[in-house]
Amino acid sequence: MEVALFWIFAALMLGFGAAVIFLKSPVSSALSLVVSFLGLAALFLLLDAFFIGIIQVLVYAGAVMVLFLFIIMLLDLKTERARKINLPAMIGGLMVVVGFVALLVKLLPSFDIAKPALARPVNDVASVGMLLFSDYNLPFQVIGVLLLVATVGVVLLSRKELK
Amino acid sequence: MNLSALAMQPEIFLAWTSIIKTLVIVFGIVLPIVSLTVFAERKVCAFIQDRVGPNRVGLPTTILGFKKDIRLLGLGQMIADPIKLLLKENFIPNSVNKFYYYIAPKLAMIPALLVLAVLPFGPNVFFGDIKVPLMVANVDIGILWVFAISSLGVYGIVLAGWASNSKYPFLGGIRSSSQMISYELALGLSVIPVFLIVGTLNMQEIVVWQRENGWMVAPFWPKGFSLEQLLHGDFAAIGASFAAGFSVQRLLIWVPMLISFIVFLIAMFAETNRVPFDLPEAEQELVGGYHTEYSSMGFALFFLGEYAAMAAGSGVIVTLFLGGWSLPFIPDGSATSFFGIPFIPAWGASLLWGLIGMTIFLAKIAAMLFLFIWVRWTLPRFRYDQLMKLGWYFFFELALVNIFITALILALVKF
Amino acid sequence: MTLTLGHFLLVSGLLFALGLAGVMLRRNIIVIFMCLEMMLNAANLSLVAFSRFRPPIDGMPDYNAQILVFFIITVAAAEVAVGLAIIVALFRAKQTVHVEDLNSLKF
Repeated sequence: MEVALFWIFAALMLGFGAAVIFLKSPVSSALSLVVSFLGLAALFLLLDAFFIGIIQVLVYAGAVMVLFLFIIMLLDLKTERARKINLPAMIGGLMVVVGFVALLVKLLPSFDIAKPALARPVNDVASVGMLLFSDYNLPFQVIGVLLLVATVGVVLLSRKELK
Repeated sequence: MNLSALAMQPEIFLAWTSIIKTLVIVFGIVLPIVSLTVFAERKVCAFIQDRVGPNRVGLPTTILGFKKDIRLLGLGQMIADPIKLLLKENFIPNSVNKFYYYIAPKLAMIPALLVLAVLPFGPNVFFGDIKVPLMVANVDIGILWVFAISSLGVYGIVLAGWASNSKYPFLGGIRSSSQMISYELALGLSVIPVFLIVGTLNMQEIVVWQRENGWMVAPFWPKGFSLEQLLHGDFAAIGASFAAGFSVQRLLIWVPMLISFIVFLIAMFAETNRVPFDLPEAEQELVGGYHTEYSSMGFALFFLGEYAAMAAGSGVIVTLFLGGWSLPFIPDGSATSFFGIPFIPAWGASLLWGLIGMTIFLAKIAAMLFLFIWVRWTLPRFRYDQLMKLGWYFFFELALVNIFITALILALVKF
Repeated sequence: MTLTLGHFLLVSGLLFALGLAGVMLRRNIIVIFMCLEMMLNAANLSLVAFSRFRPPIDGMPDYNAQILVFFIITVAAAEVAVGLAIIVALFRAKQTVHVEDLNSLKF
C-alpha cells in the first residue's frame, strides 16, 4: 500500500516536473509545477511530516504559484517563440544533468535503510512548534525581520517609476 | 482468511470506512444541502422582498392523468434548477483556451468538497471497542488542511478568467484572486486565539473541548448539565451546573473570542465571494465576472461550487466557534443508553447519539447558511478599494492585535 | 518490498536533475525561476527523508531537519516575492523576459 502510494505520487511529481520544462506556454508550466508540488506534499505525508506537507501546499501551491501565475498573466507572456538553439550550451547542460543522475544511481545502494519504528504516534505540529519556539527562537525572529524587509523591498521595486 | 476478518484489519477497515464516509458525506449530505440552499436562497429572497417565491414545482402528476399537480411548497424547484442547467446547450466560445476553459469549473468545485474531509460531522461512535469518528480524516493538522485546500480554490477562478480570453471575466478573475489572497490573512490570523486556548489543531478535539468547556462564543456554560437532570426535573442540580460553568476568566476570554468570530465570519464572506464582497461577479460592472463566458454544466459547477464553499465555510465556523455537533445536555457517542432505554447491542445507542450529533451539526450549518442568505439580500456591495482597505487596514490588524490580547489574558489569568 | 531511504533520495535527486535541466535549457526567466524552486524543493525532500530515516531520538524523528525545511520554505517565499518584483521591473524596462535579450552587461 505504502510502496504503491509512493510510486504513484513520485510519478505524479516527476511527470509534471518534466512537463514544467517541456511545455511551451508559461501558464502550463506554472500549473504543472503546482501539481508537481502537490505530489511532493503527498511524499512528505508518507514520511510522517504532516506539518511540512501541509505548509508545502499552503505556501507553495496556494501562495507562491498563484503569484507566479499572476505575474505571467499580468505581463501577458505568450508561448515562447522558437529560437536558434545554442548547441554547446545545451549539450553542456545535458551532460551535467546526466552526470548528476549517473552519480546518484551509483551512490543509491549505500542508502538501503528501512524506516525505523517510532515510539509513539507523531504529533509533528507540536514537536516542530516546541523546537521552533525554544531552540530556534532567534532564527525564527530573524526570519520575521527578513520577511518584513522583503515586503518593503517588493513594494519599493514594484512602484511605477524608480527614483 | 475470510472476507469479514480481512475487512476488520486496521488498515483495510480504515480504507473502506473512509470510502463509505466520503460517499455519504458528498452525495448524501453536501449535494442535497447545496441544492436545498439554492432553493432557500430564492425562498428567503422572496420573503425579504415581500414576494411568494418559487411555489409551483412539485410532483407532476398531471402527466399520469390526474387533475392536479402536487406542489410540495415548490420543493421540486431543487431538482428542476439543476436539470434545467444540465439540459442547456454547452456553448464554447471560439476564442477561449479550450483545455483551461474546460478544467477551470472543476478546479473551482473540488476544493470546496475537499475541505469537508476534516470536518467532524458527529462524535466518535463505538462499535464494541472499535472507535469510528464521524469524519473522513481525523488528523492532527485539521484546520491547516482547511486553509491549504481553500487557498487552492483561487486557481479555478483565475483560470476561468484567463482562459475565457475576454475582458470582463479577466477583470473578475483578477479581482477575485487578489480578494481571496488578501482576506486569507485575516482568516488565518483570526483563528489563532482559538488554538491558543484549546491547544490543538485537531477539529474533533476542538469540538470535544467546547463540549466540556463551552462554545467559543458562549461564556455562560452549564458544566456537567445532563439529560438525566432535565428528565428528573432536578432544578437545583441544573442551577448548580450553570453556577459551576460560570467564571470571570470565561468572561475575560469572551472579548477576544467574539472579535475572532466576527473577523472570521466576515473574512469567510469575502473568501466565498458573497455579498457584500461579491465584486468578482458584480453584475452591474462585470456582467457575470469570471463565469461570463460559461454556460450549461460549466456555469452550474461554478454556481454549485460557490454554494458548496459556503456550506463548507459554515461547517468550519460551526466547528471552531459554535460547538460543532455538541449541545449542552446531549450525550456523545460513548453513551450506552438512549433516554434511559439500554440497547441490546450497545453500539445501537452509540450510533443513534452519533446521528443526533450529526443532525445538530447540520442544523447549525443550516442556521449559518441562512445568515449568508440574509446578509446577501440586506446589505449593498462594497466598492473595490473599500474592500481592499477594509481587509488590509482593519481586519488584518484587528486579528493581529487580537492574538496579543488573547495571549496576554492567558498569561495573566489561569484558564 | 518496503520503502527505503534510497527511494526518497532517488526521487529527490531526479527532481533536482529536472530543475537543473530546466535552468539549463529554458530561456524564459520566469520558467527558470520556477525550476529553481523545484531544486529547492528537491533539497527539502532529502532533508525530510533524512529526518525520518535516521535513528530516532527519544523514539521520534529528528525534527531539527524539519525546522530547516520550514526556514527554507519561508526564505523561498520571500525570495520569490522579491524575484518576481525584479522581473516585473525588468519587463517594464526591457519589454522582454527572454534571458538572451538581457545582455546589456555583456561585452
